[in-house]
Amino acid sequence: MKSKRPTRAAFAAVTAAALVAAGTAACSGEDDGTITLTVGLFGDFGFGPLYEEYSELHPEIEFEERIAEFADHHTNLTTHLATGSGAADIEAVEVGYISQYTAQPDRFHNLLDLGADELEGQWLDWKWQQGLSADGESLIGLGTDVGGMAMCYRRDLFEAAGLPVERDEVSALWADSWEDYVAVGHQYSEATGGGYFFESSGNMFRAMVEQADEGVYDREDQLIVESNPAIGEAWDLTVEAIEAGMSNRLQAWTPEWNAGFNEGTFATIICPAWMTSYIETNAPDATGLWDIATVPGGAGNMGGSHLVLPEQGEHAEEAYAFLEWLTAPEQQLKVFESTGNFPSTPELYEDPALTGLAKAYFNDAPVGQIFTAAATAVQPQYQGPLQGDVLATIGQGLGRIEDGSQTPEEAWSQVVSDLESFE
Amino acid sequence: MTIAAKAAGPARPSPRERRMHRRYRLDLHASPYLYIAPFFVLFAVFGLFPLAFTAWVSTHEWSLLSDEHVFVGTGNYEALLTDPYFWNALGNTLSILALATVPQLLAALLLAHVLTLRMRAQTFWRMGMLLPNVASVVAVAVIFSQLFGRDFGLVNWILDSLGAGRIDWQAGTASSHVAIAVMVAWKWTGYNALIYLAAMQAVPREVYEAAHLDGASRIQQLFHVTVPMIRPTIVFTVIVSTIYGLQIFAEPQLFGGGGPNGVTGGASRQFQTLTLYLYEHGFNRGFQFGYASAVAWTMFAVIVLIALLNYLFIRRIRSSS
Repeated sequence: MKSKRPTRAAFAAVTAAALVAAGTAACSGEDDGTITLTVGLFGDFGFGPLYEEYSELHPEIEFEERIAEFADHHTNLTTHLATGSGAADIEAVEVGYISQYTAQPDRFHNLLDLGADELEGQWLDWKWQQGLSADGESLIGLGTDVGGMAMCYRRDLFEAAGLPVERDEVSALWADSWEDYVAVGHQYSEATGGGYFFESSGNMFRAMVEQADEGVYDREDQLIVESNPAIGEAWDLTVEAIEAGMSNRLQAWTPEWNAGFNEGTFATIICPAWMTSYIETNAPDATGLWDIATVPGGAGNMGGSHLVLPEQGEHAEEAYAFLEWLTAPEQQLKVFESTGNFPSTPELYEDPALTGLAKAYFNDAPVGQIFTAAATAVQPQYQGPLQGDVLATIGQGLGRIEDGSQTPEEAWSQVVSDLESFE
Repeated sequence: MTIAAKAAGPARPSPRERRMHRRYRLDLHASPYLYIAPFFVLFAVFGLFPLAFTAWVSTHEWSLLSDEHVFVGTGNYEALLTDPYFWNALGNTLSILALATVPQLLAALLLAHVLTLRMRAQTFWRMGMLLPNVASVVAVAVIFSQLFGRDFGLVNWILDSLGAGRIDWQAGTASSHVAIAVMVAWKWTGYNALIYLAAMQAVPREVYEAAHLDGASRIQQLFHVTVPMIRPTIVFTVIVSTIYGLQIFAEPQLFGGGGPNGVTGGASRQFQTLTLYLYEHGFNRGFQFGYASAVAWTMFAVIVLIALLNYLFIRRIRSSS
């Protein structure tokens, strides 16, 4: 046995060397006293200039931003939380996912302990509530933007269809209800010989559901998709629109969808504030062709985010200090000015810097006013743990009607049976 | 030292010499194992252990979001085998596999045959074959998804200008399978062609000359001389393509777009493959790792089974020649 030692020793040395090499590659030192805060986002939140500004105020803080795709971002975050490593110091969470995370507050730093307990009045009440755990003892996230809804429409297409073009008149077309919106859709289809009135039926359905008092969950986290009359009505109206051929059957975030904004393949799209900058970047050739009217059926919220501090992050205090600064009204206003993401801090809603803002791209639409009105009118709706997935499953059911693979009845019964696995 | 050694006589080596001899023998016998050890150590850590652990997890109700892991025995497998969506995914995977692999390997064989002919800039053509394989899967999938776009895709534009009408590639079962198969074939045809080419160059010239004298045409030579001679290589490519094809993930995922359709492979699950099915359960709502692990092991069994069937099928090339 003695003779084997050199072999073992050599082997151990090789392995050790490999491990050391791997280890040193994985961790970076922070010897010079600077702290690098990592920020995990889905898409560009327009924080770039703010990092610089903050680093000037606090030279010891540096930032590293990681941007992933929307769905991947939340999948990764959940994985990182479960495995206890890999999450950024600061992570963005979209509203459709927030209750999934408030259900496990242990995995996040409690912001109430870090100083947020004094800030409650700063946000819209419902935005604040969404970041709280069920027992109200811990706050996992501070709100960034809210997605008060409006309706973007193409002026050129409306004109060609003989419909009013000015935003007040357009708003008046469907001021009362979604039924009126669909009626305008019928008119549009007839006038244009089958032109598409909106981009996807799932989006329209979602908007209607977001406006209802109750959505897909009740307050006990039970799915009420089958029993909630608001959902049945929204489904039926959406099916009517699909069967009339109003939907362009585009899937959000695909290249075809992006191209549709520029080419004008559809006439209207429900646009929460954050969507406006997306349209602007994806349809540079359509300047002045898009305009913004109010959404049918009253106010509602679609989208918007919180920023959370995963418990595994080592720089809780520094990260919190930055977070508090970043979500303060002054910074939210800057983000709004540069990206269109609408602030969640009502203090700004009376600030002329916000309400006076217009966007040249949208034919000088007074976005400040439009979205302020939308955001203040929002009646908060309770968001259940798998909110985003439930809506996606129903949206796929509508997709099956759109592509002709199922009748509305078949699609609905598959939605119901798919949702059984969500319980 | 030499004098002392001679004085001692050749019959009895000194202890020092014996030690050296033993070391030499040790080196001879142990070193090869040492050289290959890193692979096996890494394989044990990153291959065998996860494999065994996955089997363990698959017998539990094991969610990433909860710290409780309840033992359920074969429960996950039973649920899996009774889930129509699983069989749908299996069917899709096999369909895409057949659509991608069969034409791909036939084309590779023909291309390799052409490349053995005398031509200018031989190296250029041969390296060109490999280029698609160098491109990242994601890049390939993104670009092909755009080519197969419904409204603004190049393929539909060509079809339309030929008067054939547009196809909603994503929406249909057959059309989506074809689109995905094209992505796979584009990436791997050249690679397989080069492997065939290497094998073909090892076939002795005399065999072809004899065939030529017997009046065999080029194509006859390909199927009656080349194919039987490179049979082991064909077996290799068939098995490797099968394994790859059954695990196809990035292509259908990106083809479905960023939203929920990327996870379920379309609204009707018309192109959800087995790995997408696994991803849906393992890395989406609920993070059901137990169930996903059961999917993984079932997939493993399916792959072994199909690779075996293919092997038996391809082996008949020899018996028929």
